[in-house]
Amino acid sequence: MPRKKPKLAVWKFTSCDGCQLSLLYLDDELVELAECVEIAYFPEASRRRLPGPYDISLVEGSVSLPEHLEEVQRVRRLSRVLIAFGTCATSGGIQALRNFTDVGDYARLVYERPELIPVLAESTPISQHVPVDLELQGCPPHRGQVVAAVAACLHGAPPPRTPASVCLECKRAGHICVLVSRGLPCLGPVTQAGCGALCPGCHRPCYGCFGPKETPKTSSLARWFRERLGAKEAELVRAFRLFYANAPAFRLESEAHEEPPRPG
Amino acid sequence: MRGRSPALTLTLEGLQALLAELRRQGYSLLGPSLVQGDFGHREIRGVADLPRGVGMEQEAGTFRLVFREDAELFGYPVGQPSWKPVFFPPSRLVWQAVRSAGGWEISLPREDLPPVALLGVRPCDLAAMEVLDRVFLRGPYVERSYQARREAAFIVAVNCTRPGGTCFCASLGTGPRAREGFDLALTEMVTGEGHWFLVETGSDAGRALLETVPHRQATAAEVEAASRALAAAAGRMGRHLEMVGLKEHLYENYEHRHWAEVAGRCLTCGNCAMVCPTCFCHHLEDSLNLRGDRASRRRVQDVCFTVAHSYIHGGSVRPTPWSRYRQWLTHKLATWQEQFGCLGCVGCGRCITWCPVGIDLTAEVAALRRGETPPAKRE
Ligand code: SF4
Ligand code: SF4
Ligand code: SF4
Ligand code: SF4
Repeated sequence: MPRKKPKLAVWKFTSCDGCQLSLLYLDDELVELAECVEIAYFPEASRRRLPGPYDISLVEGSVSLPEHLEEVQRVRRLSRVLIAFGTCATSGGIQALRNFTDVGDYARLVYERPELIPVLAESTPISQHVPVDLELQGCPPHRGQVVAAVAACLHGAPPPRTPASVCLECKRAGHICVLVSRGLPCLGPVTQAGCGALCPGCHRPCYGCFGPKETPKTSSLARWFRERLGAKEAELVRAFRLFYANAPAFRLESEAHEEPPRPG
Repeated sequence: MRGRSPALTLTLEGLQALLAELRRQGYSLLGPSLVQGDFGHREIRGVADLPRGVGMEQEAGTFRLVFREDAELFGYPVGQPSWKPVFFPPSRLVWQAVRSAGGWEISLPREDLPPVALLGVRPCDLAAMEVLDRVFLRGPYVERSYQARREAAFIVAVNCTRPGGTCFCASLGTGPRAREGFDLALTEMVTGEGHWFLVETGSDAGRALLETVPHRQATAAEVEAASRALAAAAGRMGRHLEMVGLKEHLYENYEHRHWAEVAGRCLTCGNCAMVCPTCFCHHLEDSLNLRGDRASRRRVQDVCFTVAHSYIHGGSVRPTPWSRYRQWLTHKLATWQEQFGCLGCVGCGRCITWCPVGIDLTAEVAALRRGETPPAKRE
């Protein structure tokens, strides 16, 4: 059946390219992907760029430069299905640390001619600018999630979505809880599953790189870290202000531990 | 008769011979083990692989291993893993399908795992197996993969002489002494007479196995010493749960203000249900490859703490955290009785120890028992 292959485009905004790299690391499935879709645009892999519209757009990165404001609208117009993937695209990424301060301070510290670096005051997720069909959290999302999402698009299945804590994956994997048995400040209970509990599997506490899960009771976990594990307020600010600093649940929790408290 | 025979005594060498015989008979022997500081159940070869002198300090939200000088091999209660994953794996392939010219071809996975022998099953966990049997084997539908592994298993129970800080089996009558459901039950004793085990047999298979290893009749003094140790253990439970009238009280207090109080702490992370030896919830996960010609369905362990767990046509029945905690607790202690004719709790204390913020079922029940119930006694 010589049906025309659906066109896939991979877009990059402000990001480290890790999500695009995780596509390249699909190995065998990358070959399968290339068979099933026309890879029309994928800057990490090729200079080729076929004109739109595109059936599926995978968007990496956050909106953080003035030109992004127009670009993200254009990507949306050109895409039938738009999937935002990774922490940057779904929350603003680690560069959203600027949202808590004056980005000019950073620019002046790093660059000799900061006026040549035009950046927006805040780094924001794609969904803040255009409607997004599916968000895949993670830094980067698990390759299986990306494949499942694309497969769902291709074959008309509902997209995979399993909102749950990292703890569920941790327990299924049979890891012994590092929070309870070692007193490590693990963010697994408030973090979205998807990584397969990688860090607890290495006796490391989860640092929340998949972002907040549904109904994340961060205040209760923070209280336990402070009262039972002896965490300092500054440590709590840092715990929640990392990869998903700008996601509302983590942002509010980190602000709650600032000393002196944020005005307002 | 399945009943008990007179007690026997086994030496440490006798236990080693017994484990060797189980392995010789083709069982995969699973027992307590310590790897990189993590206590769990793993494949073991014999007594030499068992941790020695290990103890456990457990409180709500806290677990620490302690290392003592003694020679006890079972001187602790239960760690994080129960035996549930042996019979009810957290992720299991249900079927897979391949598309060819003729259509979809569905195949079932082959599951010819060797039979397991479980060493060190505690009375609460034994009671939990009985509960899961009711769920998977005694209803109108039988879970075949559970049945196959469960019925082939050989069980060496170990009674508890050192209960933990979160244990409350004595409140529920499920421990610290195993009453049934084992092939052999040991009580470990380290006394002036040495290191020995009082053995009770609970099945013909257990009796037959014992015949193959050196053992002798227990003396009255030995039986008495073991009984005393277990009676003392029953008095040292770290927690207590009062069951009288609890079911009715829970039914009458669906709107108790304490549910909201718990929700102020509960992370809805689901750890309590994951570690519970009787929670059986799962969902089915379908996957399709990119070409769309290979599909599979897995059964994945799940809990009632996710919004999706109660999702029906367009919405979740339990969108709020407090309604989810209420579902969990009332299922364990009340509605389970209507559903399966027993409690969904065996008093192992895991949900208390392994809750990341120390939410304590026994304390929450005590708080729920205080106050409320009117209007007009609710009949
Ligand atoms: S180690 Fe972390 S992710 Fe795993 S169960 Fe404990 S709190 Fe949850
Ligand atoms: S509800 Fe808690 S104490 Fe009861 S059996 Fe489950 S984990 Fe153990
Ligand atoms: S308590 Fe929750 S997870 Fe456990 S069996 Fe009941 S509904 Fe399922
Ligand atoms: S009671 Fe504890 S373990 Fe259970 S869901 Fe709530 S926070 Fe998690």
